[in-house]
Amino acid sequence: MSVITLTINGELVSARSGQSLLEAIRDQGISLPTLCYLDGLSTRGGCRLCLVEISGQARLQPACTTTAGEGMVVVTHNDKINRYRKMILELTFAERNHTCAVCVSNEHCELQTLAAELGMDHVRYDYLNPQLGIDISHEKYGVDHNRCILCLRCVRVCDEVEGAHTWDVRHRGIASRVITDLNRPWGESESCTECGKCVEVCPTGALFDKGMSVGEMKKKTNFLRRILDGREKNQWNR
Amino acid sequence: MTKMPSNESATNEKSSHELKLQLLDKALKKCQYQQDALIEVLHTAQETFGHLDEEILDYVSIQLKLPPSWVYGVATFYNFFTLEPQGDHVCVVCMGTACYVKGAGDIIARIEQEFDLKAGTTAADNSLTLVSARCLGNCSLAPMLTLDGAVLGKQTPDSTVAAIRETPATTSVVSEETS
Amino acid sequence: MNTVDLQHVAEEEQQRQQQLNLRLFLCYSTPCLSAGAERVKNALDGLCDELDEEQRPTLEIVATGCMGPCSRGPLLRLARCDEPEEIYEKVTPEMACNIVRAALAAQSAAAEPLPSDFPFFACQTLIALENNGRIDPEQIIHSIARGAYSSLGHVLHEMTPEQVCNEITRSGLRGRGGGGYPTGVKWELVRKAQAERKYVVANGDEGDPGAYMDRTIMESDPHRVLEGMAIAGYACGAEQGYIYVRGEYPLAAARLAKAIKDAERRGLLGSRVLDSSFNFRIDLRVGAGAFVCGEETALMTSIMGRRGQPVPRPPYPAQRGLWGFPTLINNVETFASVAPIMREGAEWFAGFGTEKSKGTKVFALCGEVVNSGLIEVQMGTSLRDIVFAIGGGLPDGGTFKAAQTGGPSGGCIPADHLDTPVDYESLQALGSIMGSGGLIVMNETSCMPDVAKFFMEFCMDESCGKCVPCRVGTIEMLELLTRITDGSAMDEDLQTLEDLCHLVQETSLCGLGMTAPNPVLNTLHYFRDEYLAHIRDNRCPAGVCRLDQVPLLKLPEHAEQLTIFKEEH
Repeated sequence: MSVITLTINGELVSARSGQSLLEAIRDQGISLPTLCYLDGLSTRGGCRLCLVEISGQARLQPACTTTAGEGMVVVTHNDKINRYRKMILELTFAERNHTCAVCVSNEHCELQTLAAELGMDHVRYDYLNPQLGIDISHEKYGVDHNRCILCLRCVRVCDEVEGAHTWDVRHRGIASRVITDLNRPWGESESCTECGKCVEVCPTGALFDKGMSVGEMKKKTNFLRRILDGREKNQWNR
Repeated sequence: MTKMPSNESATNEKSSHELKLQLLDKALKKCQYQQDALIEVLHTAQETFGHLDEEILDYVSIQLKLPPSWVYGVATFYNFFTLEPQGDHVCVVCMGTACYVKGAGDIIARIEQEFDLKAGTTAADNSLTLVSARCLGNCSLAPMLTLDGAVLGKQTPDSTVAAIRETPATTSVVSEETS
Repeated sequence: MNTVDLQHVAEEEQQRQQQLNLRLFLCYSTPCLSAGAERVKNALDGLCDELDEEQRPTLEIVATGCMGPCSRGPLLRLARCDEPEEIYEKVTPEMACNIVRAALAAQSAAAEPLPSDFPFFACQTLIALENNGRIDPEQIIHSIARGAYSSLGHVLHEMTPEQVCNEITRSGLRGRGGGGYPTGVKWELVRKAQAERKYVVANGDEGDPGAYMDRTIMESDPHRVLEGMAIAGYACGAEQGYIYVRGEYPLAAARLAKAIKDAERRGLLGSRVLDSSFNFRIDLRVGAGAFVCGEETALMTSIMGRRGQPVPRPPYPAQRGLWGFPTLINNVETFASVAPIMREGAEWFAGFGTEKSKGTKVFALCGEVVNSGLIEVQMGTSLRDIVFAIGGGLPDGGTFKAAQTGGPSGGCIPADHLDTPVDYESLQALGSIMGSGGLIVMNETSCMPDVAKFFMEFCMDESCGKCVPCRVGTIEMLELLTRITDGSAMDEDLQTLEDLCHLVQETSLCGLGMTAPNPVLNTLHYFRDEYLAHIRDNRCPAGVCRLDQVPLLKLPEHAEQLTIFKEEH
């Protein structure tokens, strides 16, 4: 395995060749916020929270989709980037109806945690307050579009790991919604295997186990790395 | 005896549906059932059936061996595909910059008022579907629109409403024949 | 067919045309058709039938693509042997018949043709549009007679791919879709890429409202685009091309489909092109209505039949494009400039334009201007010349307020900058962009915040929704602009708007989001007074906005609550 060296926040560090910049940064113990990224799934570059400054590049680049390169000079935090991250979070909060106090994932929510970490204490933009429904037609799970941030982890885990591709997105732009099959109630889905991976990887309370009350929904995401390693590195070959 | 005609029309309807499916099959065959050709197939399906309902989308997803949600996602991403049946007339008002500057917004407002509908929807009596388009590329005719496919340039709210009212309704029989 | 055959076919057709006594070119593009070109054609066909056996073979009616001054249609061009051409505007069926009868009798017609030095034509330099209005786009033989595919033949037999790339680089040709990236550099990148397969893509997804250059080129001279693509294919080592046409342009798609078939039948595309070892197929892909597909990575996902969402660059399409293979993407107009460059040489092309922007650019001139239509001018022509000399100024004594370029990614150039040379750098310096070439003239009845709102609504509607800044940022910017134009904005809102503009500009994933704030920032720069008049004086200087709302904090109930608040403390 070849090793490369790069500069992160003024310090010369090493990384594995071919590693993503995000992993290289996190390996240094630097915390970089992400919402759409999840170890084990394909990268998407949609939440724009992991944007970093790379010398020689005119624009900020998402660390998750950038490959760490030899000699790269990277800045992960500065006033401008911090301000932008906060603003992007504000936009995320303004888009749907994120009322933490009555959410199943209260205190176990990645969005909420990030807001606290980044010191986002108010939203300067108009709340869009869309009229969105909750689909609890499925026997075991429910989807609350009010809390969906369109990170599409559910779509990716269902397609890439479970192989069912039950989830996808309908329409576009601000009208985008996650759907199951032909936009039918989840409970009627023919392709859903009821594996529940989508629920576990969802960063907010948008996907939840039925029967959970406020703050009871804790997600487990460690399973993903384990089954992927088992599969890809043939660790589970008996 | 009284039941006869309705039975007949039902079989007619069925055979016309089958005919349309055959057309769709032909398009599928032409693209060799390649998944990349999904958009082409949806174009053909919409031309043939007028709109893409659940049954058609499901059929396409089975034929191209694509997940249903994938097909639905593609069909709703693009403005051209419509999942709802269209009205007797389809009026597409260009809202490109030149048309907007020259008053296309007033035309839309007037049609919405006259036919009691919102842009992007079909009137309750099914007489008209109103669509606002992002530049049809005929800016020298601004403000322009198309009514059932025919280009009308340099319109006013009055002239447009008059044109819609004067155009005879195209029945579904005609569209079947042309398809 | 080999190059000798091609030459032979071209000469034969040229001879046939020269022997004709009278050739009538009738503009048969959409604007002229809607102005009645079809009725004119029917009348002329009828007239032909009435002619005697001797006269009929000496006359030909050609239904051509766009001639340019679309607002003056239907247009009829008369070409008689040994006499200068004449162009007639706003032709009616009766008028056309009279003109033709007079021409046949060698008399002067009652109708006056446009003067030969008509500035609309005199100020233009035609390269990409040189065949427009002179050929029937559905007849490949017409194109061949005007030299189509001869550059391709020359390139295939006399030049190496490397030489072709060099020639394009030296010509200084830059991307005509708006980005202005040097075309030769892009070709060279794809040429050097090592891969089992490569692709060439022509971007005909012309989504900018107020722009129809690509539509006209594809409709009026489809073989020009195909030839450019084939030359690019040879230069880059690609054997497959795709031409992606906007769904709104069914006529362009139909003509291209026919052109591809005709060219394949004659061995000008397909296997062993012009008897060389080069194979090149072109497939047509028709879009389905998504502006974002004009962005190259989104266009590629759309060609692959998926939701047209962009993917982060790098990797650039030249490295990893369609199905992961190196892909060359150029705009239709860029490809249309290739054949003349190969024919006349790089120096010839570089002789036009300015130091950094070479050659010519096609613009769709419309809005509040006397002569609206399609024009091609040298890079560096001043905006004043375009609007006032070619465009003939504003109608009804209107005052020039601004020219909008670059569509929803561009901006409005105010009257103070009318003398700016139109090239990539100068427009960028003014906070606008060249864009694909839409140029909309506005008079004093256009309200700038309203125009900015119009474009923001466009971007909001067309955002694909993949990244947060664009998906939510555009709708929030629209909310703020709506407040400004309805009277409910406050001073702080302007700051919030500007901050948000910068965020969306700097953090969006693709070009749509990055440039969506341009119309706002640009109008804020040049027309800030107008924004302030809306916010502070509750007044719309252009008289467009109703301003019938009140800021939330100024609502009477709120004022009362504030009083109570004060009393308690």
